[in-house]
Amino acid sequence: MQLWLIPVFPLAGFALNGLFGRRLSKAAVHAIAVGSVLLSFLWAVKTLSGLGIFSGGLLEPYREHYYAWIQSGSFNISVDFAVDRLTAVWLGVVTGVGLLIHIYSVGYMAHEGGYYRFFSYLNLFMFFMLVLVLGANFLLMFVGWEGVGLCSYLLIGFYFLEKYATDAGNKAFIVNRIGDFGFALAIFLIGAHFGTLDFARVFESVKAMPVETQAGWITAAGLLLFVGATGKSAQIPLYVWLPDAMAGPTPVSALIHAATMVTAGVYMVARSAQIYLHSAVALDVVAVVGIATAFFSATIGLAQNDIKKVFAYSTVSQLGYMFVGLGVGAFSAGVFHVMTHAFFKALLFLGAGSVIHALSGEQDLQKMGGLARKVPITCVTLFCAGVAIAGIPPFSGFYSKDAILAAAYGRAPWIYWVGVVTAAMTAFYVFRALFLCFFGEYRGKTAEASPGHGGGHSHGHGGIHESPAVMWIPLTILAALSLVGGFIDVPSFLAPVFGEPHEGEPWLMYVSVAAGLGGILLAAWFYLVSPSLADAFVRVFRGPYRWVYHKYFVDEFYDATVVSPVIDGSRQVLWRVGDVRIVDGAVNGVGAVARAAGSLLRLAQSGYIRNYAAWVVAGSIMAIVFMEWRGGLR
Amino acid sequence: MPALPLPAETPLAWYLVLSAVLFALGVAGFLFRRNIITVFISIELMLNAVNLSFVSFSYKLKQSDGHIFSFFVMVVAAAEAAVGLAIILTVFKNRQTLEIDEVSSLKN
Repeated sequence: MQLWLIPVFPLAGFALNGLFGRRLSKAAVHAIAVGSVLLSFLWAVKTLSGLGIFSGGLLEPYREHYYAWIQSGSFNISVDFAVDRLTAVWLGVVTGVGLLIHIYSVGYMAHEGGYYRFFSYLNLFMFFMLVLVLGANFLLMFVGWEGVGLCSYLLIGFYFLEKYATDAGNKAFIVNRIGDFGFALAIFLIGAHFGTLDFARVFESVKAMPVETQAGWITAAGLLLFVGATGKSAQIPLYVWLPDAMAGPTPVSALIHAATMVTAGVYMVARSAQIYLHSAVALDVVAVVGIATAFFSATIGLAQNDIKKVFAYSTVSQLGYMFVGLGVGAFSAGVFHVMTHAFFKALLFLGAGSVIHALSGEQDLQKMGGLARKVPITCVTLFCAGVAIAGIPPFSGFYSKDAILAAAYGRAPWIYWVGVVTAAMTAFYVFRALFLCFFGEYRGKTAEASPGHGGGHSHGHGGIHESPAVMWIPLTILAALSLVGGFIDVPSFLAPVFGEPHEGEPWLMYVSVAAGLGGILLAAWFYLVSPSLADAFVRVFRGPYRWVYHKYFVDEFYDATVVSPVIDGSRQVLWRVGDVRIVDGAVNGVGAVARAAGSLLRLAQSGYIRNYAAWVVAGSIMAIVFMEWRGGLR
Repeated sequence: MPALPLPAETPLAWYLVLSAVLFALGVAGFLFRRNIITVFISIELMLNAVNLSFVSFSYKLKQSDGHIFSFFVMVVAAAEAAVGLAIILTVFKNRQTLEIDEVSSLKN
């Protein structure tokens, strides 16, 4: 089936653009980049249909072996790709949504410098992401895992002349190091206990153990894997990098920091489902961390004014939902939400990018407004995404969110209720952003602003225009997917992997839908009907609002407790003592000793030949005397 | 006490003593003479003193190794003489002196 071709196409695109992109025209650059992803997408579809996913096939994993990578005694790691139904979902999402975002980027990045650099990084990301989901063992997954982290870093810091962008890139990379450390430890633990890292064999062994086994190390492996997931998928306590990651270009936010890379943690936990099913503790931790993340980041999202920040916290929150799904044992529901979330969140980001593009870089919701007539297609598609994320039936978000919440109620009702509140907040902040952006009166600077300008008239926003077709066509495709994507019955599709989905009681669904509608209506009331109400509300709840507005001061807390001590410790101990005194001291000390010895020995070099001869004679005499003293030659 | 028969041949030690004396003379000449030519001849003296030892041992032990060694030494000495004399000639041309202590630019 040649699975390897799927990731190799983007790799070839990366190599071509990375090596020769500087000399190619923009048209050639994006033809290579988009073409390679298109080939990858088509090959993935062909392969998957060949394996029969459209006709009820692929019940067993399909696997291809390429070569042995590491061989050490009985410990073997080979480069193998495997496809099962779980991987198939990700393959579709990554190549499909990735293709749409590549196409969109052609329009979005048209006026930016570093065009070839952007596309080569994006292709490299596609390669690593596909390796991540195709790899048939933990180490190959780790390769993809680290590779997407690298590309994320490169693309967050894409505008590397801006300090905030490079800072955000560093933050993402360093925070992810913490998570990756946990993942690496989990891999070591698994390798040490099973003597293999191959998914099939590891999970076979785990499965053979009785369910009652509460072996501490299984829990440890599950928790350490989840530490990795909290880093990559932005969960408490390592979520802080994701909102900052919005410093990258908007297509990057959509592709990497909403649709694909951040779901890698979900993939990893879902892939390791057998391990979690054998450790109730680890599973509970996943669920609790997920619901806490969903709730807290939703509250932060309520008060953000940067449109991308709102969607970033929304992403963190929705990722929390996915982990709730995994944590309550409804793995297929979590994966379902990954797919629908990829549609509507990529759409939200791309739509936001379209608005930002139209406003020439403005991201502040306070300076938008009344854009519905200026960018009608963007407006309509964004509302499609809005109803999808708010969980309004029959749109995609409803099905996946409902599946998660129903399963959560079965496990622990309090998780369900927190999830419902979160759903209401989700609907509220998404529609708040959309209303602020598209309705009301334009609050930004007009292109021809005059001092006596009263504001609010709808003419004269000369610079504001709808995005080109290459941008809005992907938007409409994603909008269609956001609306109807829920009819793709992922939980049933994944039944061969995770078992039959959990059916909830109908009233659970009514409550969550009511919560979503309530959130939308509240947003409409606050921001459409009586806009002054929101400000009054803020005045009344000044204290809580300040906490939420400043993101609970989590960044400041981390700065004070982790970052500053590390920096101060590095500076005072590692630099001033460790580096300057010990390392430099040793190196410089060796040099100083050599120089001092040389300045003494130099005196022996008189330049007089007879002097040297005298040294030779003296040395010979000493050698002879020494040999005699030791007993002479024998 | 029976009288010792006169040795049939000169004892090895005599050759070795002669070799050592010649070598010591060479060393002394190298160390205490200032004329470069004289120093150079002292080197040749040392080489030939060593040759004498080699040949005597070779004769005594009835093995040809020492002879071969001494041939090598002669070859090296010849080459060294050619190179050394060329150097001395150049030094003299450049400095108009054969005083060995004047030639000390290798110091430090």
